[in-house]
Amino acid sequence: MYKILEKERWSESVFSYIIDAPYVAKAAQPGQFIVLITQPAGERIPLTIADSSAEEGWVQIVFQVVGKSTLELSLMEKNDELYSFAGPLGTASELENFGGKVVIIGGGIGIAPIHPIARKLKEMGNYVVSVIGARTKELLIMEDKLREASNELIVVTDDGSYGRKALVTEPLDEMLKTEGENIKKIWAIGPPIMMKFCTKTAVANGRGNDIIVSLNPIMVDGTGMCGACRVTVGGKTKFACVDGPEFVGGLVDFDEFMGRQRQYVEKEKDALESYKAKLQKEGRV
Amino acid sequence: MAERIKAAEKFKRNRVPMPEQPPEKRVKNFDEVPLGYTLKDAIEEAQRCLQCKPAACIEGCPADVHIPQFIDKVIDEDLEGAFKEIKITNGLPAVCGRVCPQEEQCEERCVMNKKGKPIAIGRLERYVADWAREHKVGDEKPQKSSQPKKIAIVGSGPAGLACATDLAKLGYDVTIYEALHKPGGVLIYGIPEFRLPKAIVDYEINKIKELGVKIVTNYIIGLTESVDSLIDKYDAVFLGNGAGAPRFMGIPGENLNGVYSASEFLTRSNLMRAFDFPKYDTPINVGKRVAVIGGGNVAMDAVRTAKRLGAEDAIIVYRRSRTEIPARAEEIEHAEAEGIQFELLTNPVRVIGDENGNVKGLECLRMELGEPDESGRRRPIPIEGSNFVLDVDNVIIAIGQSANPIVARSATGVETNKWGYFVADEETGHTTHPKVWAGGDIVTGAATVILAVGAGKKAAESIGKYLEEQG
Repeated sequence: MYKILEKERWSESVFSYIIDAPYVAKAAQPGQFIVLITQPAGERIPLTIADSSAEEGWVQIVFQVVGKSTLELSLMEKNDELYSFAGPLGTASELENFGGKVVIIGGGIGIAPIHPIARKLKEMGNYVVSVIGARTKELLIMEDKLREASNELIVVTDDGSYGRKALVTEPLDEMLKTEGENIKKIWAIGPPIMMKFCTKTAVANGRGNDIIVSLNPIMVDGTGMCGACRVTVGGKTKFACVDGPEFVGGLVDFDEFMGRQRQYVEKEKDALESYKAKLQKEGRV
Repeated sequence: MAERIKAAEKFKRNRVPMPEQPPEKRVKNFDEVPLGYTLKDAIEEAQRCLQCKPAACIEGCPADVHIPQFIDKVIDEDLEGAFKEIKITNGLPAVCGRVCPQEEQCEERCVMNKKGKPIAIGRLERYVADWAREHKVGDEKPQKSSQPKKIAIVGSGPAGLACATDLAKLGYDVTIYEALHKPGGVLIYGIPEFRLPKAIVDYEINKIKELGVKIVTNYIIGLTESVDSLIDKYDAVFLGNGAGAPRFMGIPGENLNGVYSASEFLTRSNLMRAFDFPKYDTPINVGKRVAVIGGGNVAMDAVRTAKRLGAEDAIIVYRRSRTEIPARAEEIEHAEAEGIQFELLTNPVRVIGDENGNVKGLECLRMELGEPDESGRRRPIPIEGSNFVLDVDNVIIAIGQSANPIVARSATGVETNKWGYFVADEETGHTTHPKVWAGGDIVTGAATVILAVGAGKKAAESIGKYLEEQG
């Protein structure tokens, strides 16, 4: 079970895996996530579903190597089996024909989970304008897929190495200013800081209630059992795993959310260092 | 073979004490605290049993364990026979012998209680179960399901396991669905290693699998598949998914870094084995001073875990007095021996953070006891102006659980009450849906392992009858 059917390396640190998980694939909807464990001593890693096929029984995940667990995951090969793969978790994106333009913003590996949302919104008859961005050209993923899933595509890079030299917030701000109420809804998925600033841009244009963000706090079980993923939304504590992961951006306390993501920074660093040392000793790096 | 002693002698004898790891040693490890009886201890204790007929102790046991019968076999050193006697009604004897609150159940009813100390039924059950495990005896033969009827069980905790065991014994085809990657529910994620070694839980679950019960892990009913779909595919469904959502206090500062729900803290340490980080990848942060809010068994588990994870001061903060504290006496005694501090008649009002968003203190109010409330316990009343701050690095909230809505919202026609718990007949566990039964914490709210076992067994009996009637 949970065999890696395909493995692709999309950049220095970004990987795409297709996992054999028919039960998850059958139930998966845009916006939901899975929890996986690489091996029996591993931790539970939540990852947003990038794509899935109920007919073919697979789920795609896209991840970036940031710590010990994702490094270990990246070292697995095609036909290897994950120890655990459970889902789909969380609530699905609330998609409909909003009767106008929808702006879809994906940053970094956030482009992967935003893709099925864009595709579905376009299918439903929305006019989808996607803005995808990365730090630099090498890190930009899924451009063709997003082009296909959108009516218009805007590509930006922080350093100008590809597309327009801008942050994703700049085209968002321009569109909100020029088109106003024509833009019915905004989705933003990416690094927390990007979602925070997209929300700020929306709020500055009086649209804080029309932007949806997908939060990825630290989780353990991912089923509402432990409360590790609690976030403050509209002054109330919510569990991102059950009540989310998508929330109205203008209601999210981003500073608290980002602070909570740093809870284990020291331990994560130590774990990564000692794992790298172990790999070196085994001659695997 | 040991002799039967006279009744007068039985009353003269003391209850045989349980050997334990010394406190100063055990706070540095996660090994089990009680070490278990020797054969000599077990026989000496078994000899005290009055062999009452009818046996009041059995009436106190939600699992209907044949108590005097198994104890009598211990005196004869027929430990295999004793084990088989227990297993007739209880599939989880090594678990129950450890974590049941016997003092409120079988041992409370024991006639010896009137004259002195009750028979140590739990310790004897544990001894027999451990002996059987070590000697690999009493293993049930794998059964091929003789009935074509299929039953789905949601949750592999004590309720689900007990229900599955009894239905498998009746010959039905039973499949348990478990959301986590390991079966066992609270036995695995909730109760710490030093109170219930996971190897023992794994062993008893494997025995249940040998009866033919299938356990599907990583499968979240309500998300991977709905209860409605199970109802379509199976002849009967048992919901034993547990309460499963941690309660918070609703006080300022609860989302600061360093505040845990007891469920998260214990899941990290027990299921994910964060106590063995970095050998296991899941981290846990425990500072020098840790406050645990609450006075139940879960609070005791959390505070004793914190101590073992290196907290110099591990403190229980409880709003009533020592008399009202709901944890088992044994747990409180163990905690006290391990140097756990108790701030009684104390209620937290605010968690205080430093400039980086980490916990640095817990502001509390002193309380006094007023008139009894609806629970029959004296109501704690805040003493105005008694605010003080406990300097702590972590706050763990162990004030109970509420119903996790994931399972219920995928179950059409299965009624829940206003708290989100399933409405089920107390005697049979039957819900408002003809094909669905429920039991354990998802019906009663957070309770004990043995009550969940009892509920699972009652439901199994009722399901069996129903399926027979269906023909």
